[in-house]
Amino acid sequence: MDDTETAKAGDADHTRIAQQFIEAIPHARALQMRIDEIGGGRAVISMPWAEHLVGDPRSGVVHGGVISALMDTCCGAAVMADDSKPSSTATIDLRIDYMRTARPGHRITARAEVFHMTRRVAFMRAVALDDDDVGNPVATATGAFTAER
Amino acid sequence: MDRNEPLDQIKSRRDSALKALVSGVPYMNWLGIRFDRRGDELTAVLPFDRKLIGNPHLPALHGGVTAAFLEMTAIVELAWAAMWEDLESGRIAPDAAMPDSLPRLPKTIDFTVDYLRSGLPRDAYARANVVRSGRRYASVHVEAWQDNRSRLFAQATGHFLMPQG
Repeated sequence: MDDTETAKAGDADHTRIAQQFIEAIPHARALQMRIDEIGGGRAVISMPWAEHLVGDPRSGVVHGGVISALMDTCCGAAVMADDSKPSSTATIDLRIDYMRTARPGHRITARAEVFHMTRRVAFMRAVALDDDDVGNPVATATGAFTAER
Repeated sequence: MDRNEPLDQIKSRRDSALKALVSGVPYMNWLGIRFDRRGDELTAVLPFDRKLIGNPHLPALHGGVTAAFLEMTAIVELAWAAMWEDLESGRIAPDAAMPDSLPRLPKTIDFTVDYLRSGLPRDAYARANVVRSGRRYASVHVEAWQDNRSRLFAQATGHFLMPQG
């Protein structure tokens, strides 16, 4: 194995461990969250649309709280995936801006990254997408998370 | 206001309107959120359930659940306050069985949650205060607690777009 392959195998390993971590979280499992990418202070987590997550039955649009749960989990995962290896994390504050309604029936993907890491606090940025267009997010989030050492 | 309106009629009107408002949201039912009513004052209740856990080691409520609970409390309070006059005067009579009779819910513009302490694996309560309600926009503050009303575990502020027409 050359270095790239080792790195790739490492990434796959990372993703598998992170997926087990996510599956140990009852609420993440209840929402069927899946880790798509993780590492280097970034995380990509997605979840399927479901009938019981709807906030407005007339349109079939998922409730904002679902987006919050996904963004919060994704930011937390990205903090844990920071190269400085925090031992645990908790949300201090999270602000979500709802740009537009998520399309009914579409998978929702959150992408979070550590914007700035200090010894005790991680400043996070995240977006929620219902397609591949990063320029047209469903919602964006900024948050402060603890970084326990 | 009719001072002599039968009490059971008043209660049934208010309770069924509240039920219509809440039962129209599948996500709220899935989380198990219900509302206690004293006159026009609402208290949201989130009974504990295992699927609400975000940290299995402590254990603690999921931050996203807390956010959803607070956001739902804000939206229901806002819709409830907005329809109160029409409900009391008899201009509207929301009925859970008739989706078209349900008032349209405000849309969240932004929502900021302040996590003050970790949520315990037990029931949670929340109350929202409409700080400013205009024709188009509203600003709402929400507080959530568990065992002690004075020891909040989270608070939030959100801005909402009011349904038009």
